[in-house]
Amino acid sequence: MTPHFLTRTLDRSATIFLLIVAAVGIVIPLSNLLLPADSPLQVPTYLMALFGKYVCYAILALSIDLIWGYCGILSLGHGAFFALGGYAMGMYLMRQIGSRGVYGNPLLPDFMVFLNYKALPWYWYGFDMFWFAAAMVLIAPGILAFVFGWLTFRSRVSGVYLSIITQAMTYALLLAFFRNDFGFGGNNGLTDFKDILGFNVQADGTRAALFALSCLALIVGFLVCRAIVTSKLGKVLIAIRDAESRTRFLGYRVESYKLFVFTLSACMAGVAGALYVPQVGIINPGEFAPANSIEAVIWVAVGGRGTLVGAALGAVVVNYAKTVFTSGALAPYWLFMLGALFILVTLLLPKGIIGTFNAWSESRKASSNANADSAAAEDGVTKPHLAEKA
Amino acid sequence: MNPSPSLFSSAGVFPVTDVLHRFRALAIACLLIAATAIPALAGPFEDAVAKFANDDFSDTDEAVSIIASSGNPQAFAIINALQEGRLAADPDSKKVYLTGTDGKVTDAATGEAVTEVPASAAAVRLNNRLRRNIESALGGLTLMAPDPAKRIASAQSVFKSHETAMLPVIETALEKETNKAAKQAFTEARAAILLYKEDATEAEKIESIAIIKGRGDQDALALLTSLPPDQTVGVARSAASAVTAINSRQTLWSIGQNAWYGLSLGSVLLLAAIGLAITFGVMGVINMAHGEMVMIGAYVTFVVQDVIRTSYPGLFDYSLLMAVPLAFIVAGLLGIVIERTIIRFLYGRPLETLLATWGLSLVLQQAVRTMFGPTNREVGNPSWMSGAFELGQLTITYNRLWILCFTLAVFAILLAMLRYTSIGLEMRAVTQNRRMAASMGIATSRVDALTFGLGSGIAGIAGVALSQIDNVSPNLGQSYIIDSFMVVVFGGVGNLWGTLVGAFSLGIANKFLEPVAGAVLGKIAILVLIILFIQKRPRGLFALKGRAIEA
Repeated sequence: MTPHFLTRTLDRSATIFLLIVAAVGIVIPLSNLLLPADSPLQVPTYLMALFGKYVCYAILALSIDLIWGYCGILSLGHGAFFALGGYAMGMYLMRQIGSRGVYGNPLLPDFMVFLNYKALPWYWYGFDMFWFAAAMVLIAPGILAFVFGWLTFRSRVSGVYLSIITQAMTYALLLAFFRNDFGFGGNNGLTDFKDILGFNVQADGTRAALFALSCLALIVGFLVCRAIVTSKLGKVLIAIRDAESRTRFLGYRVESYKLFVFTLSACMAGVAGALYVPQVGIINPGEFAPANSIEAVIWVAVGGRGTLVGAALGAVVVNYAKTVFTSGALAPYWLFMLGALFILVTLLLPKGIIGTFNAWSESRKASSNANADSAAAEDGVTKPHLAEKA
Repeated sequence: MNPSPSLFSSAGVFPVTDVLHRFRALAIACLLIAATAIPALAGPFEDAVAKFANDDFSDTDEAVSIIASSGNPQAFAIINALQEGRLAADPDSKKVYLTGTDGKVTDAATGEAVTEVPASAAAVRLNNRLRRNIESALGGLTLMAPDPAKRIASAQSVFKSHETAMLPVIETALEKETNKAAKQAFTEARAAILLYKEDATEAEKIESIAIIKGRGDQDALALLTSLPPDQTVGVARSAASAVTAINSRQTLWSIGQNAWYGLSLGSVLLLAAIGLAITFGVMGVINMAHGEMVMIGAYVTFVVQDVIRTSYPGLFDYSLLMAVPLAFIVAGLLGIVIERTIIRFLYGRPLETLLATWGLSLVLQQAVRTMFGPTNREVGNPSWMSGAFELGQLTITYNRLWILCFTLAVFAILLAMLRYTSIGLEMRAVTQNRRMAASMGIATSRVDALTFGLGSGIAGIAGVALSQIDNVSPNLGQSYIIDSFMVVVFGGVGNLWGTLVGAFSLGIANKFLEPVAGAVLGKIAILVLIILFIQKRPRGLFALKGRAIEA
C-alpha cells in the first residue's frame, strides 16, 4: 500500500521538484552561515530573506492551485487567509517583545500603549505561547474558510459570484484591520519584532532556520496536495471542477468536498503567511488588499494551474520579475508588465508554463511512441530542462 | 498747526510725546468747533469719517459709533472696510479712502470715485477693543442692511447671542420690516432675547418658547437646553416640552437627511454599476477594468476643462455638457477595442476574463499615471453645480442633486434604448438565449462588441459625474469597482431594475448604518450582509429566470 501510495504521489516532475526545493532549503542556509562573507558563493542574508519570501508565496500559490486548478474554485480572497496566518504569528512576535518596546510596557504592545489601551484585548490572550499562536495560524484562517465555505457552497454560490464575494470578504477584512480600535495595530500593523522562540529574528542563524523551515513547509504542503489530487478524493474534485451538477447527480456531496478542500487550502495559506511575517519583519492590513489576492492567482495562472509544480514555479518567477523590475529604472513599467502578463497568459498561455510544457512533451512522446528506443533519451532531455525552470 | 499723526505715531520714542498729546487734544477741539461751525458743509457723518484720520483709537471708536447710528447708506461699507483693513486715511488732507472689495477706491465721506490715493494715506489701525465694537456695530447695522438676506443673517446671530442690549434695535427693526422671512427671523431673535432677559414676565417667556419651538432646529434646541436654572415652573415646563417636541422633529429631519444622503450615494453607485450591469448581464463578462473606464471618463472631463480654461474661459459652465458625449465616445470606443482584441477570445471562460480584465485595469491605470501623473487633477464645479440650498432642515448640495437627476436620466434613456430600439431588442435577445438569437440571424459578435462599448461608454459618463464629487486620480476607478459588483450581484444579474433597486437600497442602508456604526464598520456590515444575502439568493434580488441563465 505504502509503495503504491508513494509512486502514485511522486511522479517524475514531483520528485524533481521536491529534490530541488530540498536542495535549495539546505544549500542556501548553509552557504549563508558557513561560507565567509567575501566568498562569491555566499548567499547574503538579504537575498536569503528575499528567497524566503518567494517560498512563502509559493506555498500560497500551491494552496490556490489546489482549489482553483483541481476544484474550480477561484478565490480572489486567499490573501485574507495568508494575512490572518501572518497576523497570528505577528501577535506572537509582538508579545515576545515584552518590556523591550519603546514604552516598556511588559504586557501591552507599543501600539496599544499609544492608543490608550488599559488592558490586553481578550483575543490577544494566549499569544504569548508559541504553541497557541502556531495553532491559531491554522485555526483562524481555517475557521473563517469553514464558515465562509459552509455558507457559500451549501447555497451553491459558484463561479464568478464566488470570486466576487471572496473579494468582498478580503476587502471587508482590509477595512476592519485598518481600524485602530480593532486591536491589531491599525494602519501600521505589527512590526519591530525582537525574537522568536528566544532567537533573535534579525540574526543570520534564525533567518537561515526560517528559510529552511519555509522550504520544509513547501515540501510538506506539496506532498499533502499531491496526496489529495492523486487520491480518489482528488478525482472527485476534478469531476466537480469539470461538471459540478453531474458529480452531484452521481451522488457525491459536492459541497462537503469543496468545503474540505477550501478549508485545507486556507490553512495552507495561513502557514505561508505565518512563515512570511518573521522573514519580512512586518504584517499590516495592506496584505488584505484585493489586488494582492488577484496577483497570487496570476502566479498560478502563469505557472500552470492544475499542476501544483507550476503554481510554485509561477510564484517564484513572477515575484522574481517583480523584484527585478520594481527596483531599477524600469519601475514605472512594472504595472504595464504585470497587466500584460495577466492578459497574455490568459489569452495565449491558458495552461501556464508547466501545463504548456507538459502538453508539448506529451505530444512529443506520442509522436515518438513509434520509436520506443528514443523514449529513454527523451527522459534524459526533459529532466535538466525542467530543473532549469524550477 | 495739527500734529501729523504719522509723526505722532513714530514719536513714541521721543520725549516730546506729552507735548504732542496736547496738540492732539487741541486738534480735536478745533475739529469739533469746525464741525459745529459749518454744518452745511460737513454733517456729523462726514465729521465722524474724518476722525479716522486722527489715528487715535478712541477717536476711531467714537467715529464708529457715530457712523453706525447715522443711518447713512455708506455706513455699512465703511465699517466693514474698517474691519477688513480696507480703509485708509490721509492725515494731511483729512480724507478717508475706501478700497472696495472689487479694488475700486472711493472717498469714504462722499462716496465719489477717487483715481489716486496719496502716498501719505495709511490704513486705519485697530485694537482688540475696537474690533469688538466694530463687530457689534456691524451686527446692528446689518439688521438694517438693505439686502434681506443680510438682515436675516444678522438676526440669526442675534438669536444665537441673545444679548439683552440688542432688544431695542431688534424691536425697531421688527417694526420697519416688510420682508416675511426677515420678519420671522427678527421675531425669533426677539423671542431669544426675551427668554434670556432676566426681568421678562413669565407670559413673555412662554410665548418666546413657543416661537423658538416653532423654529425647531439645533440652535433652538441649544437655546432651550441652556436656559439658566432659576426659571419659574411654567417656563421650565414649557421649555422641557418644547425640547421634547424639537427633539422628535429633529429625529425626523435627520432620518430625512440620511435618506437624502443614501439616495445620493445610491445614485453614484447606480451610475457606476449600470455599465457593469450591462456587460455582466448581457454578456456574462466580468469586466474588472470597468472602474478604469469610469476613471477615463473623469480624465476626459479634466482634459475638456483644461482646454476650456486655457482657450475659452467663458465656456467653463458648459464644460460638463461637452465632456459627457466625449467621455461616452472615448470610453465606448476603448471598450469596443478591448472587446475585439481581448474579451472575445475569452467568451465562456468567465474566470479567465476576470483575470485578463484585471490585468487590463492595471495597464490602463499605469498608462493614465504615466500621462497625467499620479496626483489628483483639479476638476472644477461649474457655477450651476456649486453651492447648496436648504429644504426645511435638509442641506442639499446642487452637485449631488444634479448627479441624482443625471443618473435617473441615464437610466431612463438606457431602459428606453433597450426597449424601443432594434439594437436594444438584439441585446435583450442575446441576453435571454444567445444561440437562439444567433439562429434568428442576429450577429451576436457585433451585438457583443456594441454592448461592451455601450457599457464602457456609460462608465465613461459616470466618470464625468464622479469627477464632480471625487478626486480625479488614477485610482478613482478602484474605489468603485467592488461596490459596483456588490450592487450588480445584489440586484440580480441581467436586470437593470434590479441594479436600480440594489444601488439605492445599498446606498440608503449604508447611510443609515453610518451614524450608528461609523463609516468603516457600516461598510463592513454592508459587505457582510451582502455575502450573507448571496447565500439566500445566489442570483440576486431580481433573478432572471430561464434556461440560459441557469446554465
